[in-house]
Amino acid sequence: MPLNRIEFDYLRNLVRERSAIVLDDSKEYLVEMRLMSLARLEGYDSVDELSRNLRGKPYGALHAQVVDAMTTNETSFFRDLHPFETFKRELVPEILKRNEASRTINIWCAACSSGQEPYTLAMLLHDGFPQLRSGWRVNLLGGDLSQEMLRRARQGLFSQLEVNRGLPAPLLVKYFQKDGASWQVKEEVRAMIQFHELNLAGAWPHLPSMDFVFLRNVLIYFDIEMKRQILRKVRGVLKPDGLLFLGGAETTLNIDESWERVQSGKTVYYRIRRDA
Amino acid sequence: MKALIIDDSSSMRMLLGRILDDLGVQHAQAGDGREALQVLENDGPFDFALVDWQMPVMDGLEFVRAVREHLPREAIQLVMVTSVNQIESIVEALGAGADEYIMKPFTKDALQEKLALLGIELGP
Ligand SMILES: C[S@@+](CC[C@H](N)C(=O)[O-])C[C@H]1O[C@@H](n2cnc3c(N)ncnc32)[C@H](O)[C@@H]1O
Repeated sequence: MPLNRIEFDYLRNLVRERSAIVLDDSKEYLVEMRLMSLARLEGYDSVDELSRNLRGKPYGALHAQVVDAMTTNETSFFRDLHPFETFKRELVPEILKRNEASRTINIWCAACSSGQEPYTLAMLLHDGFPQLRSGWRVNLLGGDLSQEMLRRARQGLFSQLEVNRGLPAPLLVKYFQKDGASWQVKEEVRAMIQFHELNLAGAWPHLPSMDFVFLRNVLIYFDIEMKRQILRKVRGVLKPDGLLFLGGAETTLNIDESWERVQSGKTVYYRIRRDA
Repeated sequence: MKALIIDDSSSMRMLLGRILDDLGVQHAQAGDGREALQVLENDGPFDFALVDWQMPVMDGLEFVRAVREHLPREAIQLVMVTSVNQIESIVEALGAGADEYIMKPFTKDALQEKLALLGIELGP
């Protein structure tokens, strides 16, 4: 049953206002699909009915659940693999030298979904750079808009299908324990990451100056003006020589010209131009 | 690129064969570890093998041990593809010389990603 036009417009405005996620006309089916189970759960017969009910009320928990349900949370360990290989092979050794004095590394995964991305970085650092465990401070932050994803990320509990994807078996056996049918990241790695709620389109909390920002596979959901705003704010949290990683289908080109694109093998990352 | 599929279930061999077809990988098949050693000798070399664990005659773990004993490590990469999903078992398989480990059920993406971890880049 197609959504009533008024309700679809109300819902997509709600989502855009609260998350900046743009839902064009072709996404009507997606809204219907994603919100149907929420509607049923809340005792409504249809998404239209859920929407009519929400419209009359001030923003509350159920509105937030609608926004949450419209986020796309697809992710995996070592997603695309080569950025993490480059990070390990080239960028971490470099930062170890550069930050020798402060002995601190700040990393932010700005839209980390259920946590696979920061957990990938945590395992990679713990496993590959044992020297970091004595005398260094690694601040690894994982932010996301979705409370449901943050809850999962904090738990560090993954299904067999999720640990099958992209995670090297030696890291699975080293850093996970089995909990029934699920796999849980061990405390030593979970303790390396702090998760926080954040709306990229809203006001950002105070963050330490970052050596690395991973902002992968999230700009694609926003319009160009919002992409530009966010990229400008990322410049504000990065150290002058800090590096930005975007998703494979994302770029700063023709959006924010203050970035310099650096290519290493298959991996592309960005840094702030000196003259910017 | 050439692979050896080792599984006692013909439907699983077919499924894996179809995935490898999609990825543009040639493949041969064997129904147990002993047969696989034969195929390896007669039709090799292979770039990698997908190895089930529980099989009659010679199981996957014994196969991995035999290959690592008789061939140089770089001769072939071995990926266990099995429903055995206990940590101790995975540790045992890696210790015996398996390079990667996939738990059934799995998706084509998962297989592709695991092979990429071994430096085997396939498909688009
Ligand atoms: C496709 S996932 C990307 C996960 C991970 N970075 C990766 O590349 O695998 C996109 C994530 O962005 C989050 N997101 C969407 N809009 C957001 C916003 N306005 N602020 C913060 N996070 C947002 C979603 O909740 C979702 O978890």
